[in-house]
Amino acid sequence: MAIDAIVLNPADNVATAVQALKSGQDASVRIKKELLGIRINEDIPYGHKFAVRAIHCGEDILKYGETIGRATKDIPAGYHAHVQNIESLRGRGDLRKEDK
Amino acid sequence: MQFLGYRRADGKVGTRNYVGVLSAVVCVNEVVEGIVRQVQGTVRFTHHQGCCQTPLDIGIVNKTLVGLGTNPNLHSVIIVSLGCESTDITEVTNKIKESGKRVEHIVVQEIGGSARTTAQGILLAQEMVKEASLQQREPFPLDKLVLGMKCGSSDTTSGLVSNPAIGVASDLLVAAGATSILGEVTEFIGAEHLLARHAANKQVAEEILHFVDRMEKRAMAVGEDIRGGQPTGGNIKGGLTTIEEKSLGAIAKAGTAPIQAVYEYGVNPKVKGLVVMDSPGREPEILTGLAAAGSNVIVFSTGRGAPQGFPFVPVIKITGSQTAVVKMKDHIDMDLSAVIDGDVSLPEAGQNILEKIIRVASGEMTAAEISGYVNSMDIYMLGPVI
Repeated sequence: MAIDAIVLNPADNVATAVQALKSGQDASVRIKKELLGIRINEDIPYGHKFAVRAIHCGEDILKYGETIGRATKDIPAGYHAHVQNIESLRGRGDLRKEDK
Repeated sequence: MQFLGYRRADGKVGTRNYVGVLSAVVCVNEVVEGIVRQVQGTVRFTHHQGCCQTPLDIGIVNKTLVGLGTNPNLHSVIIVSLGCESTDITEVTNKIKESGKRVEHIVVQEIGGSARTTAQGILLAQEMVKEASLQQREPFPLDKLVLGMKCGSSDTTSGLVSNPAIGVASDLLVAAGATSILGEVTEFIGAEHLLARHAANKQVAEEILHFVDRMEKRAMAVGEDIRGGQPTGGNIKGGLTTIEEKSLGAIAKAGTAPIQAVYEYGVNPKVKGLVVMDSPGREPEILTGLAAAGSNVIVFSTGRGAPQGFPFVPVIKITGSQTAVVKMKDHIDMDLSAVIDGDVSLPEAGQNILEKIIRVASGEMTAAEISGYVNSMDIYMLGPVI
């Protein structure tokens, strides 16, 4: 059955697009065996992620039920969640001076 | 189930039967290339190390060359040295000989230069290839397989399809008594807590965490955010946002088997089952490390389409991306894109990978071998060139 996106763990706040999605469309999103309709508010390339609910700046981003980074801006539901609004928490040699 | 391989004196089993011509040092790559170009049935291992490095790195060069020379896919070995390198050629030669295979050593600065050494190497190689060609494949149980695992040019489908399917295949091989090696420690960052839970005991769990911490510190030592290097620019285009996300997809290759032990780069596992080996994620260094650790077949999952193979270990390219199947057709061995659509289950895909591994181990050629895209090789170094 053709779906548009997958949420890999019910705890996740992002979905992964398995089709290229267009702004304005209602995406069919699979969570476990259920299908959820989410309005897409920005074009999402194939394989990229979007917020399935409003994510606040500073909030952890969850995929596979695990933390994959932190929001650097508010990300409303249906918007592209990627490097422009998510930072990594690991391998951050650039942050070392601030940590001290 | 069995596969058809080449029996070696030390009990290992080859899936290929080449005469290997190995550079002792960066400075003799031209000679090695000249020999291999002229003799069918030979393969080269050239690299950029072996001189003007710290003793730590020279030690890794020595150990890696021994590992490569004793890889069962090499019937016999010619080592070419310049004569003034830091690599300990006597030790390397003797340790490869301990495996019972023929090893010849030729020295450019003693023979009279590159042309004369190339000529001598060609004559030796022709004789050794003749010997190698007399050997026939024989059936062996799957516990003689040493599987190396790698993912490269990853995208979202790597974590959703090809890596978990490899995990299923790895579990099946481990259940059959084989060895399966997980490298790419950089791509444990952010997922190490999950891998540590796979550890067979507390000590192995602590070693996994130590390896990841050490790798992260190496990367952070340059004082920059690793994003762009890991995940790569291509990974980011493919939808992977952070190293944590990439890692969570990458470790799916581990399957569910317990991790029995943790080894330094290029070390032959002393135990059967799933093991971890220190290595970075870049192709030349990890493929070399897996080969030096004794892998006789490698599975390589890709999302965007990675062409790299290794000179003497078959590398099977597996993708879950329909785009890669079309846009990188020349380089893909297995198309698992039906898993995304739900038409094929992950357990079925894993079983298909196992069957492919057995066929390739028995002689079926991979896309990388057929296209000659097999020269992704170099030795992983920790320190500076000095």
